[in-house]
Amino acid sequence: MIALLLRDLRLAIRAGGGFGLGLAFFLIVVVLVPFGVGPNSSLLSKIAPGILWLGALLACLLSLDRIFALDWEDGSLDLLATAPLPLEAIVSVKALAHWLTTGLPLVIAAPVFGVLLNLPAAGYGPLVLSLLIGTPALSVIGTFGAALTVGLKRGGLLLSLLVLPLYVPTLIFGAEMARRSIEGLSAQTSLLMLAGITSAVIALLPFASAAVLRVNLR
Amino acid sequence: MSSIWEYANPKKFIATTSRLLPWVTGLAVVLMTVGLVWGFFFTPDDFRQGSTVKIIYIHVPAAMMAINTWAMMLVTSLVWIVRRHHVSALAARAAAPIGAVMTVIALATGAIWGQPMWGTWWEWDPRLTSFLILFLFYLGYIALWSAIEDDDTAADLTSILCLVGSVFAILSRYAVNFWNQGLHQGASVLRAGALVGDTEERVSNVFATPLFISMAGFVMLFIALVFLRTQTEIRARRMRALLARERMQ
Repeated sequence: MIALLLRDLRLAIRAGGGFGLGLAFFLIVVVLVPFGVGPNSSLLSKIAPGILWLGALLACLLSLDRIFALDWEDGSLDLLATAPLPLEAIVSVKALAHWLTTGLPLVIAAPVFGVLLNLPAAGYGPLVLSLLIGTPALSVIGTFGAALTVGLKRGGLLLSLLVLPLYVPTLIFGAEMARRSIEGLSAQTSLLMLAGITSAVIALLPFASAAVLRVNLR
Repeated sequence: MSSIWEYANPKKFIATTSRLLPWVTGLAVVLMTVGLVWGFFFTPDDFRQGSTVKIIYIHVPAAMMAINTWAMMLVTSLVWIVRRHHVSALAARAAAPIGAVMTVIALATGAIWGQPMWGTWWEWDPRLTSFLILFLFYLGYIALWSAIEDDDTAADLTSILCLVGSVFAILSRYAVNFWNQGLHQGASVLRAGALVGDTEERVSNVFATPLFISMAGFVMLFIALVFLRTQTEIRARRMRALLARERMQ
């Protein structure tokens, strides 16, 4: 399991693409937003948590099809499926590797990008916390979507269509948590709901992803 | 005593539904005509909403069918996963576009009603938003069906998507509820059926009777469409099998 995790991490970092690309995409989204809505800093600080969450979500989406596509093409996915490790564990490790290479850098970079968007000082802690709790759910749900579309030739667009509706609850509670704490309201409900969604998704969705992957490998 | 699973045989399914189809279609036409004509022309105008209230005879049944279609797809997907009956998977496939259209009808009639009543075509109200999300789920489901070439693989993947999607659809419904307070009224139709209690919020019986007839008409319409579309799917698959066999020779 650890060997597989290390292999995926090394591939993501050395093969180019995945690792830096998500961050760069996140940066570009953050830079483009002021061009779209105007340089009004009070407006920007109001929508900053939402933009940062959306940017993280889109950056995450961008790298999803790489989770299985390369392994599918060169056949190593078949090898993994016949390995003694259960497919559920493989799927979980893949999701973890995806989170470590995409989600975690986004969480670390979010405060820096928050400065660009004039995020109020009260928002930094809750925003980072909500991203830290929420992005694992994005990776796990995305792994399910990637497993669904792995055998398709033009799966990229379909993948977004399938995965984005599934992201709705995470996005709502994540952005809501950051927004509420900026406005000085209690963010406890959204924090607990977000944590609940993430843990439920981590516990249950790998089974669905593995089942889907088995069908696709048939 | 014959078991219900006999109808999983495509031949038997086609034979039975062909016999039932004219009756169901006739019933749908009669019920919808009675319900809509009664609703549109023989009910009084609401004293605050005027004649716009009459859109409920389309809006409410369509919204009901939009949700129930997904529930039906969930059941048939489960039957496919557990018992591997092809008719079941094809019925789910046949129902999805109907559900998507019902969702659009509910959203469109709601917007047309909302413009004079709420003063806006669209509001990020929980019910409206969750219906839009439901529509996205339908789109994804239909797209996945059409993207995969192998029939059994497509049936497997879409049924798992349907299961996972159901959980997330319900989750989104409550998340959206938390996210914004609503403009849309709460559930008031079912309370209209209970004759006891005379709260101000319930739908008056003057409107309720044609509404229930119209709802029954929409259910019949849905059943007729599912029968017809499932038959078409079965025949299309049979035709493809025949063509493939011919090419082999």
